[in-house]
Amino acid sequence: MRDAALALRHLHKNYGALAVTDDVTLSVPSGELHAIIGPNGAGKTTLIHQISGLIPSDSGHVLLGGQDVTALSLPQRVHHGLVRSFQITSILPGFSVLENVALAVQARLGTSFRFFGRASAEETLNAPARAALAEVGLLHRADVRAGLLSHGEKRQLELAIALAAEPKVLLLDEPLAGTGPEESAVLIALLQRLKGRMTIILIEHDMEAVFALADRVSVLVYGRIIATGSPAEVRENIDVRVAYLGEEVA
Amino acid sequence: MSLTLLYVQTLNGLQLGVLLFLIAAGLTLVFGVMDFINLAHGVQYMIGAYLAAMFTAMTGNFFLGLALALPSALAFGLLLEFLVFRHLYDRDHLDQVLATFGIILALNQGVKVIWGAAPLSVPIPDSLTGAIVLMPGLLYPVWRLVIIGSGLAVAVLLGLLVTKTRIGMLVRAGATNAPMVSALGVDIGKLFMIVFGFGAMLAGFAGAMVAPILSVEPGMGDNLLILTFVVIVIGGIGSVRGAFIAAILVGLVDTLGRSFGPTLLKAVMDPAAASQTGRALAPMLIYILMAAVLFFRPAGLFPAKK
Amino acid sequence: MMVKRETIFGREAFPLVIFAVFALMPIAASFGAENYLLSMVTRVMIFAIAAISLDLILGYGALVSFGHAAFLGIGAYAVGMLSAHGVKDAAIQLPAALLASATFAAITGALSLRTKGVYFIMITLAFGQMAFFLAVSLASYGGDDGMTLSGRTQLFGTDWIKRDRHFYYVVLAFLIGTYALCRSLVVSRFGRVIRGARENPQRMAAIGYSLFRFQLAIYVIAGTLCGLAGFLLANQSEFISPAYMTWQRSGELIVMVVLGGLGSLHGAVIGAAAFLLLEEWLSGFTEHWKLIFGPFLVVVVLFARGGLMGALKRLGGRGA
Repeated sequence: MRDAALALRHLHKNYGALAVTDDVTLSVPSGELHAIIGPNGAGKTTLIHQISGLIPSDSGHVLLGGQDVTALSLPQRVHHGLVRSFQITSILPGFSVLENVALAVQARLGTSFRFFGRASAEETLNAPARAALAEVGLLHRADVRAGLLSHGEKRQLELAIALAAEPKVLLLDEPLAGTGPEESAVLIALLQRLKGRMTIILIEHDMEAVFALADRVSVLVYGRIIATGSPAEVRENIDVRVAYLGEEVA
Repeated sequence: MSLTLLYVQTLNGLQLGVLLFLIAAGLTLVFGVMDFINLAHGVQYMIGAYLAAMFTAMTGNFFLGLALALPSALAFGLLLEFLVFRHLYDRDHLDQVLATFGIILALNQGVKVIWGAAPLSVPIPDSLTGAIVLMPGLLYPVWRLVIIGSGLAVAVLLGLLVTKTRIGMLVRAGATNAPMVSALGVDIGKLFMIVFGFGAMLAGFAGAMVAPILSVEPGMGDNLLILTFVVIVIGGIGSVRGAFIAAILVGLVDTLGRSFGPTLLKAVMDPAAASQTGRALAPMLIYILMAAVLFFRPAGLFPAKK
Repeated sequence: MMVKRETIFGREAFPLVIFAVFALMPIAASFGAENYLLSMVTRVMIFAIAAISLDLILGYGALVSFGHAAFLGIGAYAVGMLSAHGVKDAAIQLPAALLASATFAAITGALSLRTKGVYFIMITLAFGQMAFFLAVSLASYGGDDGMTLSGRTQLFGTDWIKRDRHFYYVVLAFLIGTYALCRSLVVSRFGRVIRGARENPQRMAAIGYSLFRFQLAIYVIAGTLCGLAGFLLANQSEFISPAYMTWQRSGELIVMVVLGGLGSLHGAVIGAAAFLLLEEWLSGFTEHWKLIFGPFLVVVVLFARGGLMGALKRLGGRGA
């Protein structure tokens, strides 16, 4: 059997007596778009933090293409192809849109311990950055200061930054959060295009988007995965209706 | 190395330790609760010493002077809080550093203008002068014992205050998680004012107590402030218990290192080199201690934040 | 709105004007009070180098280091200690001063950068104080009182820089060199990572930068450049003393950088000049000048943001 692109083995995280992540085991094959849904406070973002290495796990393992990356830091995992986005937009507001993305290219390509030469003029960094911007449809805004973008554009930029890191596994923490209908349509179309090119773990509250995009869905409640399956299966799953859909979708 | 000297220096170290604790206790809470860097805390210690000197000279009695100096130090601390500090809580650390640095410059110069640049001396109260025999061959000044005793008493009181009272629990909770405490509906500004005023008074108390054995002079708080920082870094920000243990540790290491370091080095190198190396190394010991603690426990020995 | 290009006024011409003024100063000075003016401006330029180096970590790296004067002292003591042993040539003294500063920066930086915020401030302050006490305990090099040098550093066996005017231009050359180096540094790949970390360290980590290495590198670079300033300072005053590395001196360096405006490099030059001239001017009025300067500092922090340059910009109606 081929190694899964991303495998989680018995991940745990406690805050005091509260188990935020409770024995999460999950295997995501290469190229799958796997959505994780669940009510607020289910521990979805904490799980993303653990997978990406932003916070350490109390126990358990994270495997990337069969390789154990549990001991690696967030930046080290990025170099292994595990890249994440943030729920609350996280960009460099004082940098231009292009530079935001070029920094991600720079992290991937070669050394950053280069003390001479104007980085913003380096075509080897800017060309891939422009390609990533074109991918998300933001190229026309390349020279704008990132802090001045609209909210939806910032979400697009966040994705472009992640793409420029050339992820094998992309963790998206509510990429549609706070966007209006038009903006989210743009982003959903974008995710549709990305699907299949890389393995994607998607956390999202927008159920329509999740069921339209996901190959498989896992339901996280109180830090435990209570069901995993195709969107149709999950929809049918009674437990899920009670725990989550029953309240929020009904 | 004589055993008597060891005892004497241990007591001296203890005395420096309780002094550092009195200053560090308030400061570590201010750092912990408000994430506020206050460089001007050493100035409170200096002000306490000057106020004690002034009131003792006016009343002719140290205890009356002390009784007047403490509320004055408290009032002065609260005045500073009202005028400057409370406007800095939500600023970044650099602003806090600059403004409190400005206060140090102004107050160090201010005491020079008011009381002159020459050191003031405060007589030890008549009833507590002289030395007592602690054991055969070991004479120790009574006043220093009084300092140690009162410092330890304050430490015990403070420990009770922090662990047993409601306000103490709020302060501890604030040091662990300040947003949570303000979410509970506690007026965090008022809480900080209390912590700050109390800390200023403790530092002032420390200054007043050592006024009879040290010279009271401008800038006397500056070096002690940095020792206090070392104590807080070692003990862990926001932890009164950590501050106490680290203060005693720093007091002992510094005092014993200075007096016995060169002697100990003589065992491994020739006397002249040992004495020179020892004298160079001794003042660095506590910083090396701090570096070692940082290396193994970056958040200090007793971090308040989890 | 487009990203502001580096404007003529902000970045390129303004520093040129400053350096041109420095370059022409000795000519103007020859019309009167030459010695006083030369030594005053030399001092300003030396502290400008120190302030530029601090601006790298404080302004660009957003790391509040309160122990920067230690490097000034280390650079100066390298000169003093070597010349006390008869090693007087810049060819040895200067590399020694830089190496000693870099080593101290690497060790203390590696420890203090493990922490953040209030801890970092206190720890850099403590390490600075450690260097101060070490200097005080060096009895054979003057201890508390410091030590007068037997003369300026030699340049390849010549006494060329013994003349004040020559020394002035040496300092100016080092200042321009430092400025050019740092200007290049902050726009380079390396500098871009440092600036990115100032804006959003978590984002930088999430695209694959382990920031510790970068911050340590900038800390060492800044410390080394400040060691250069120390080397020059010892030569200017022909005297070394622990007073170069008091924590008040570290505070003054911060004040210089902030007065001039953080993160602009030439602001540090202006801040150094403003601080030293203000000190000179105020102390001409009263020996208690700190009684005026202290509250001034508090007022600046509470009411004026962005330093002198920020205040000038606001006065010019260009917005903050």
